[in-house]
Amino acid sequence: MAVDTSRPLDPAAGARGARGRGGRVRKAGTPPPRRIRNALARHWYAWAMVAPVVLVIGLIIGYPLVRGVYLSLTDANEANVERTIGINHIPATYQTVGLDNFRAILEDQVFWDRLGWTVTWTVSCVALTFAIGLGLAVLLNRRFAGRTLYRSLLILPWAVPAFVSVFAWRLLYNEKNGILNKVLHGGGIDAVPWLNDPTMAKVSVIAVNIWLGVPFMLVALLGGLQSIPGELYEAAEMDGASPRQRFRHITLPGLRSVSSTVILLSTIWTFNMFPVIFLLTRGGPGDSTEILVTYAYRLSFVNSPRDFAGASAWGVLILLILMLFAVIYRRSLRKQGEVW
Amino acid sequence: MRRGIAATALVAAMALAATACGGDDGGSGDKKSGGHLSGTVTYWDTSNDAEKGTYKELALGFEKKHPDVKVNYVNVPFGDALAKFKNAAGSGGSGAPDVLRTEVAWTQDLANIGYLAPLDGTPALADQSDYLPKALAGAKFKGKTYAVPQVIDTLGLFYNKKMLKDAGVQPPKDWTELKAAAKKIKEKTGKTGLYLRGDDAYWYLPFIYGEGGDLLDTGAKKVTIDDEPGIKAFAAARDLVTSKAAETDATDGWDNMQNAIKNGDVAMTINGPWAIEDTLAGKAFKDKSNLGVVPVPAGSKGRGAPQGGQNLTVYAGSKNLDASYAFAQYMSSAEVQAKTTEKLSLLPTRTSVYSNKTVAANPNVKFFKAAVDKAVERPWIPEGNSLFQAILVQFPGVLAGKTSPEKAANAVGDAYRKLLKGDWK
Repeated sequence: MAVDTSRPLDPAAGARGARGRGGRVRKAGTPPPRRIRNALARHWYAWAMVAPVVLVIGLIIGYPLVRGVYLSLTDANEANVERTIGINHIPATYQTVGLDNFRAILEDQVFWDRLGWTVTWTVSCVALTFAIGLGLAVLLNRRFAGRTLYRSLLILPWAVPAFVSVFAWRLLYNEKNGILNKVLHGGGIDAVPWLNDPTMAKVSVIAVNIWLGVPFMLVALLGGLQSIPGELYEAAEMDGASPRQRFRHITLPGLRSVSSTVILLSTIWTFNMFPVIFLLTRGGPGDSTEILVTYAYRLSFVNSPRDFAGASAWGVLILLILMLFAVIYRRSLRKQGEVW
Repeated sequence: MRRGIAATALVAAMALAATACGGDDGGSGDKKSGGHLSGTVTYWDTSNDAEKGTYKELALGFEKKHPDVKVNYVNVPFGDALAKFKNAAGSGGSGAPDVLRTEVAWTQDLANIGYLAPLDGTPALADQSDYLPKALAGAKFKGKTYAVPQVIDTLGLFYNKKMLKDAGVQPPKDWTELKAAAKKIKEKTGKTGLYLRGDDAYWYLPFIYGEGGDLLDTGAKKVTIDDEPGIKAFAAARDLVTSKAAETDATDGWDNMQNAIKNGDVAMTINGPWAIEDTLAGKAFKDKSNLGVVPVPAGSKGRGAPQGGQNLTVYAGSKNLDASYAFAQYMSSAEVQAKTTEKLSLLPTRTSVYSNKTVAANPNVKFFKAAVDKAVERPWIPEGNSLFQAILVQFPGVLAGKTSPEKAANAVGDAYRKLLKGDWK
C-alpha cells in the first residue's frame, strides 16, 4: 500500500534512488561516460561475473543471428561464399539484394500453404498436450497406491532421446510390417496407412508429438498444483462447491502463472519441432506434413547449391512470426492482470 | 646466465613440441623419392549393408600394396552422405574424407562448389581409355574430369521366376503386359504383381523415358517434364497403383520393397544391380536361379532406364593428395572391379574387365551390360541431383490418385524453372 501511494508523487526520484542510492539525482547532468565509469567501479564484480555469459551468448546466439539477418538480404549460396579448400580458393561473389528473398517467399503459395498447416499443427498439438497433461497431473496429484511408479512411468518419454522415440514410432507405424497394423489385423481391422495417406500422416505426427510433449506439461502442472494451498479446496467444499466448480474456480486460476508459461514455451517448441516431422515422414507423403522449418530445410539444404540466403530469409520470417506471437500473447495475459 | 639457459631450454622444448605436433597428424604423407606413399587415407563408402563387407575388405587391401598408408574405412549411409560431406567440406574441411564414393549426379554438384580435386593428369586417371565412354561422361564437368568411375548401373525388372511360372505368365515387356500379368498373379497366387517405389523419384524415370520424354533438354536449355510425355509418365505410374497391379509406400519404400520381394509377397520389383546381393538373401531366393532380370517394361514410345553408378572423387582439401589419387585408382582398378562383380554382381566401368572369365559368365552382368549400353544418360549439370526433389513432392500424391498427372507435371516444371538459374525456358 505504502509503495503504491508514494510512487505517483516522485517517480523519477524513486527510480533513480533505487539504482543510484541517493545523491545521484544531482549528478544527472554529468556526461554518460562518467556514470558508466562510476557504475563499473561500484559494481565491477557483478560485471565480471556477467561478462563470460554475455560473451558466450553473444558468440553462439548473437553472432549467428546477426549473420543470418545479413545473409537473408544477399544472394549468398554454397557456390559463391568465400572459402579455401586445399588447392582451391573460391572468392566471395555474392551481393546484397535487399528484400528480394522475402518478396519471393511471400509471393510463393508454398509459404502460405505451409504456414496454414504449421498453425494447425501447433494449435492442435499444444491444446491436446495441455489438456492431457492437465488431466494426468490432476489424477496424479491425489494420494493413491503406486503414485510414484505412475509418475516415473509417465516421465519416461522425456527420458528417451527424441530421435530414438521417433524412430521407434516409425517402426510402429509401418503400414506393412508395423506393430500397430498387426494388432489391428488381429482385431479384424484393415491396415491403416499411417504415414502414407496425407490426412493419416498428419494425425500420426500430431500423436507422436503429443506423446513426446505430455511429460513436460505433466511435470510443470503437477508442480503448479502442489503450490495451490489445500485450504482453498477445504473452504470451497464447506461452501458446497461441486468438484467441477472447484476445478474451474480454484485449480485453473491457481495454475495460471504456470500454464501461461508452459503454453508459450510449448507453442514455440512445437512451431519449430523439426525432428518429429523430419524423422517420421520427411515431410511426406509429398509435402503434406511439411511445417515451415522442415520446408525451409528442404528448400535450402537439399537443393544444390545450398541456398544460404533463402534459408536465412525463411529463418528470419519464422523468428518474426514467433516474436509477433509472443508479443500478442503477453499483451493478452497482461490484460487479464498477469504481470510477466 | 642461469636464467638464459632456462629460457633457451624452454624455447627448445616448445619448438620440439610444436614440430612433434605438426609431424604427427598422420595426414602429411609427403611423397618421398621413388613415389613412396605414406600417411592416412580416409575413405567414405556409401555401399549398402549387403555390399559393405566386401568393400571394406577391398579398401583395406590397399594397405598391402602400400604398407605405410593406413586406410580409414568409414561406411556412411547413402542417403546422408552428400549432406554430411558438404557439412564437413564446407566448414574448413575438418572431418571430411580424402576419398568419397559419389553417386554420379553428385559429381558435377560437388565439382561446381569447388570441393573436388580435378583428376586429369593424376595417377587416379592413369588409364582413361579403358573406361566406358558413358561412365566417363558422368565424371566430367566443364571440360575437366573430377571423378573415377567405379561402378555403372541402371534399372531392370527383377522377378520371381517361380511366381510368374505359377501364374502362367511371361516376364512383361511393357506396362500393359505388366498390368495383365499382375492380374493373373493376383488370381493364381493372391500376391501383388509389382512393388513400385513411391518415395524415390529415380523410379519415375523409366516411365518418362518410356513415353519418349526427359526431365530437361540440356541442349536447348528447356524444361521438358511438363510436356506430354511427362504427364503420360505420371499417368502410367498412377494407373499401375490404382489398378492394384502395383503397391507402393510414401515412406520406408526401400525396406518395404526389399521385404516384399525377399519374402515372396510380390512377384516383381524395379531395381538395379546394387540390390541383387540383398534380394538373393531373401527366403524366396534360396535357390538363387529363381531371380530373373529383364529390361524395365516399355512405355508407349519404347524402353528406357536411367544411367546411374558410383564414382570415386578426391576431396580438394585432402592433406594427402598423392595417396588419395593412388587409392582412387586402386578402388577402380581392374582387379578390384573384377572382385566386386564376382561377389556382388556389380557392373565394371572398365572395358578390360568384361573379358574376365568370371565376369563374362555372370548372367546378371550379361544382362545389365546390355541394359547399360542402352541406358539414358542423365543431365550432367550441378543441379542434376536436386531435380529429384520436386518429383518426390508430387509422386506420392499421384500414385495415391489424389493429384492429377497434369497438375503434378506442371508443378514439377515450375519448380525446375525456379531451381535452374540462368536462361532456362
